Amino acid sequence: MGLDFQQFIPSLPYLLKGITVTLQIVVVAGIIGFVLGIVLSIFKLSKIPVLSWIAAIYTSVFRGTPLVLQLMIIYFGVPQLTGIQIEPAVAAILSFGLNSAAYISEIIRAGILAVDRGQKEAAMALGVSPRQAMFDLILPQALKNIFPALINEAVSLTKESAVVTVIGVTDIMRRAYIMGGEKYAYLEPMILAGLIYYVLVMILTTLAKAVERRMRRSD
Amino acid sequence: MINVENLHKSYGSLQVLKGINTQVEKGEVVTIIGPSGSGKSTFLRCINLLEVPTKGKVIIDGTDITEKNTNIKKIRENVGMVFQHFHLFPHKTVLQNVTYAPIKVKGLSKSEAEKMGKELLARVGLADKANVYPSRLSGGQKQRVAIARALAMNPEVILFDEPTSALDPEMVKEVLEVMKSLAHTGITMLIVTHEMGFAREAANRVLFLDGGVVVEDAPPAEFFTNPKTDRAKEFLEKML
Repeated sequence: MGLDFQQFIPSLPYLLKGITVTLQIVVVAGIIGFVLGIVLSIFKLSKIPVLSWIAAIYTSVFRGTPLVLQLMIIYFGVPQLTGIQIEPAVAAILSFGLNSAAYISEIIRAGILAVDRGQKEAAMALGVSPRQAMFDLILPQALKNIFPALINEAVSLTKESAVVTVIGVTDIMRRAYIMGGEKYAYLEPMILAGLIYYVLVMILTTLAKAVERRMRRSD
Repeated sequence: MINVENLHKSYGSLQVLKGINTQVEKGEVVTIIGPSGSGKSTFLRCINLLEVPTKGKVIIDGTDITEKNTNIKKIRENVGMVFQHFHLFPHKTVLQNVTYAPIKVKGLSKSEAEKMGKELLARVGLADKANVYPSRLSGGQKQRVAIARALAMNPEVILFDEPTSALDPEMVKEVLEVMKSLAHTGITMLIVTHEMGFAREAANRVLFLDGGVVVEDAPPAEFFTNPKTDRAKEFLEKML
């Protein structure tokens, strides 16, 4: 008994290839979530009622239901309704992207509201259009302040991405499970998978700290 | 050049401005004084529509800015503002603060804008601070940058909303000096202030506001030595 990592050395490259799969999903979903999150946050603060309703309903649906359910609805539902079979990875990217947009939009909304009202007034007094003021002056300040919260979201996305294993995407988690099944020994591959996730998150937070230091140079 | 007719502003049931009538000629330096809550700042903020009047007209160069289809952006390009709390853009350098609007709003090239920005910074005595961020400046320096930022749009009018009220006492003078250097250079200045010395020395006219109306409108020499109304007398006794 005890741990025997020896037997998994040959399949280590297989497990490590899962990193690309996981990262691909996380990065693309993160970008979708961020861009859509900005749009939704601006909708939420919009004076046009329809836009703020749309954004509010969107957020409440995606926050109010389990992520794994959204994943399955997209993976099984899209083919059923449209007849188009989608790749598991695409379903994963879509559901994670749409889901994190709901959370990110709330973070960005709070960030925009926290920027001093005087900034907008100063911009308006100079004849700057509201749109320009938002993108050049308000958002950059908001993003700087909410950067740690955004990194939190990225970290949780990285780890939560492991649920894609339920629709058969061969990410880190799925590969560890397959390795375990082969040898009837699950603990070792799970420990290895855990290490990989941990290292990924550590790299992400270290990079984030460096970026944050750069952003704080105007303080 | 600025005509204010029967200007009213209410917030819900609170009436702040109750019918202001006044004219300001091109190049005039007008200080607006009065007790707190008298509507001075609200009046000023109606002139560039940071507050939308409830009733009445504000006509600048023949254009009624309270009309629905007026291009507010164009008006604001021509009417600069300096705020009590500066409102510099903290993520931009001093020079970028000054050049941002000329580049983005007026479409100046970066090099043109920077040349002009540096000249303006020199004019307010801050040529050496062009590349620092606002957080490194004192209050007085921040306000001088804010003045340069307003001047960069080459406006005909600048509104000053209590420009020295948030400053440490030793920094008031440097800002007032810059403002004095602008006075009577052709630029129209409307200044809400508690600096009676400045009002006395630099202004053409003093508007005394109380209770949302103009109570007195006189040259400073007359207003400070011989106020006509009891309310103005009372106010001056407290201030001087």
